[in-house]
Amino acid sequence: MTKLKPHLSLGGIGVFAVLLLAVAPSVLTDHWLSNLGKYCCWAIAAVGIGLAWGRGGMLVMGQGVFFALGAYSMAMHLTLETAGDGVPGFMVLYDPLAPLPAFWEPFRSTAFTLLAIVVLPVVAAGILGYALFKRRVKGAYFAILTQALAVALATLVSSTIRETGGDTGLSDFKYFFGYVLNDPANRTMVYLITAGLLVACLLVVWQLYRSRFGELLVATRDAEERVRFLGYDPANVKLVAFVGAALMASIGGAMFVPIVGIITPAEIGAAASILMIAGVAFGGRASLFGPALGAIAVGWGQSSLGSTWPEGWTYIIGLLFIVVILFLPKGLSSLPARFRAARRGPGEPLAAPAATRQLEGVTS
Amino acid sequence: MSTTSKRLRTLVAAGAIGTTVALVLAGCGAKAGDETPGGSAAASSCVDTSGDTIKLGFLNSLTGGMAISEKTVSNVLHMAADEINASGGILKKKIKYVQEDGATDWPTFAEKTEKLLTQDCVGAIFGGWTSSSRKAVKPVVEKNNGLFFYPVQYEGLEASPNIYYTGATTNQQIIPAMDFLASKGVKNLFLAGSDYVFPRTANAIIKLYAAKLGIKIVGEEYVPLDKDDWTTQVAKIKAAKPDFIFNTINGSSNVGFIKAYYDAGLTAATTPIISVSIAEEEAPAMGHEVTGHYASWNYFQSLKTDTNQKFIDSWKAYPNSSGVTSDPMEAAYISLYLYKALVEAAGSFDVTAVNAAAKKNAITFAAPEGTVTLDGENHHISKPGHIGQINASKQFDIVWSSDAFIKPDPFLKGYDWFPANVRDQLVKAAG
Repeated sequence: MTKLKPHLSLGGIGVFAVLLLAVAPSVLTDHWLSNLGKYCCWAIAAVGIGLAWGRGGMLVMGQGVFFALGAYSMAMHLTLETAGDGVPGFMVLYDPLAPLPAFWEPFRSTAFTLLAIVVLPVVAAGILGYALFKRRVKGAYFAILTQALAVALATLVSSTIRETGGDTGLSDFKYFFGYVLNDPANRTMVYLITAGLLVACLLVVWQLYRSRFGELLVATRDAEERVRFLGYDPANVKLVAFVGAALMASIGGAMFVPIVGIITPAEIGAAASILMIAGVAFGGRASLFGPALGAIAVGWGQSSLGSTWPEGWTYIIGLLFIVVILFLPKGLSSLPARFRAARRGPGEPLAAPAATRQLEGVTS
Repeated sequence: MSTTSKRLRTLVAAGAIGTTVALVLAGCGAKAGDETPGGSAAASSCVDTSGDTIKLGFLNSLTGGMAISEKTVSNVLHMAADEINASGGILKKKIKYVQEDGATDWPTFAEKTEKLLTQDCVGAIFGGWTSSSRKAVKPVVEKNNGLFFYPVQYEGLEASPNIYYTGATTNQQIIPAMDFLASKGVKNLFLAGSDYVFPRTANAIIKLYAAKLGIKIVGEEYVPLDKDDWTTQVAKIKAAKPDFIFNTINGSSNVGFIKAYYDAGLTAATTPIISVSIAEEEAPAMGHEVTGHYASWNYFQSLKTDTNQKFIDSWKAYPNSSGVTSDPMEAAYISLYLYKALVEAAGSFDVTAVNAAAKKNAITFAAPEGTVTLDGENHHISKPGHIGQINASKQFDIVWSSDAFIKPDPFLKGYDWFPANVRDQLVKAAG
């Protein structure tokens, strides 16, 4: 799949950009546009998961942690912007006379907030990744560890109600960096920023996948020991992909807040992290568009099927996940290639034998 | 890699960024400071009142942890809609409801509210249970100038022009419970609650009032909503030897609390519990003997009024009925009738007209708990306060009642022990 014609992929990103940035705002209602914006946030995180898991073989089951870093940074800033000079209303409720917690104070600054959204996940993922990859923690141990971190962070947020809003979360934001969030024009602007960021993330991974780093990343996924013997340090290669994935999750989280208007621990915990993985697996984890399209599809399913058949939706997503893992391990984006292969007849092999090796990425 | 493809790449990237920036700048709307007062002028109603039906939205968690409680509220709303339709509808229009699932997830409540208001164009939304779900719905109904009717007792300190509260605020449930405890001569009180907005706020108010009443708070413990293990917290309660436990635990966590309570050897005779979230639905589901414990509500199934008997009979005859009625169910039942009364007083489904009618007329409804009156300023209703004691058949014997219907006072303006500076800050934060 790394051998896909680059100009075709670039053209694909162009079509995707036109659909998201020009077609969607003119044909969708406000409600569905803001829903699409929400799916785009998950898609941004999913593109990162595609990088770390699809190409790098690291099953990142706790992207909620990095999603939270971006989301809560943004939410704290917007809460303070709404509160003005005072202490946010929810804090007054629980402890009327206490001052603003110290770690909230810097988030009054726009520059600090934007910096935090970028720097916090990079530093957190950098330290965590360095410690894990240098010690050669991988496979199921890595997956469980990241998952546990997401559970721990969600529990921590839930139990610090005065500092973080707890289970109720942070909501009721009036302004977005000086713009009134209720204004439909501004909501379209927030959507366009999000969709633009998604396109930018796709361009970044498109470039990464066709660079030498991309080749090295796939090589590390498929044969880490051989990469080591060739003189590269696989830990560094994985670290870059892991930090990139964390950064994208954080950006997705940050945009989730103005679009959805609320962030709660449920959106960053184990279930939310697994749902992100499900979207990526569904779309095709190693492909360029698979993760983003999968995340958008899962989001859409949750909104529309969850409305018409609330009790059934969770079973549908579970069943889909099983079917995809069993019969389409490379996700829906591998369907066209399969059809082509089927048309060529059963006797002929797939285009490249290397393609089948990518399946092993799950366990490596 | 050829130079042409590099140049192409740069061009495409620059093009994409340029397009985004141009679109974003073209799309800029109002900035902070130039919005119209109320902030909802941008939203125009799409409610269709031309036909012989009116669409209403019902929004409760049908899946997830709160489904067990919220499904009863949802069912009773369906029953009220059927009743109103059978008697001619609202302004001669039949109710056509759209049911949505909040899935015990607060952002989903926000998303579905937006869908109901802007896609389905409903006249009003009914439902919710947890304060967290209401706090998620509030900005969305305010933004779209919609209406939300919330049927569960809550922590007060809130007033929205777009929400009507048919459950109790603190001065109708928490304060009567404290008055009852004072009348029983309670000196030491322990507070146990779930870790979220309602118990935290309720306990902040309880502590203030307890100081005034001369009741000592000997401890305060919280456990997250989704956790059931209360063993260590109950050990602390036992060590503190309170006369009474004030229980603000919500949902299934109560089962774990009651289990830990009996495992620790505590009993209703020595350390009784007064709850604000255990009603007729929950009492039989505790898995342990809860006879002798207390609850503070505004409605009990055991209330002897004709309207209540009628309500119980219709509920028992309704499909999917559990057979028991409870305070949140009754408040949900009131909410739909209150909307009918409001719309008929306004002669219109328009939100501004409805709110104006609420201010101008004293809207009343002969509810199962008695005739309630709407306060058009704060959108709450007057309610009687009752304390019930659980009997052997898991119903409540009413042991204490307020002298009269209690007027709603969400910001506790009539209570001098509530600090004025806190109230000012909260009013400011709410506005």
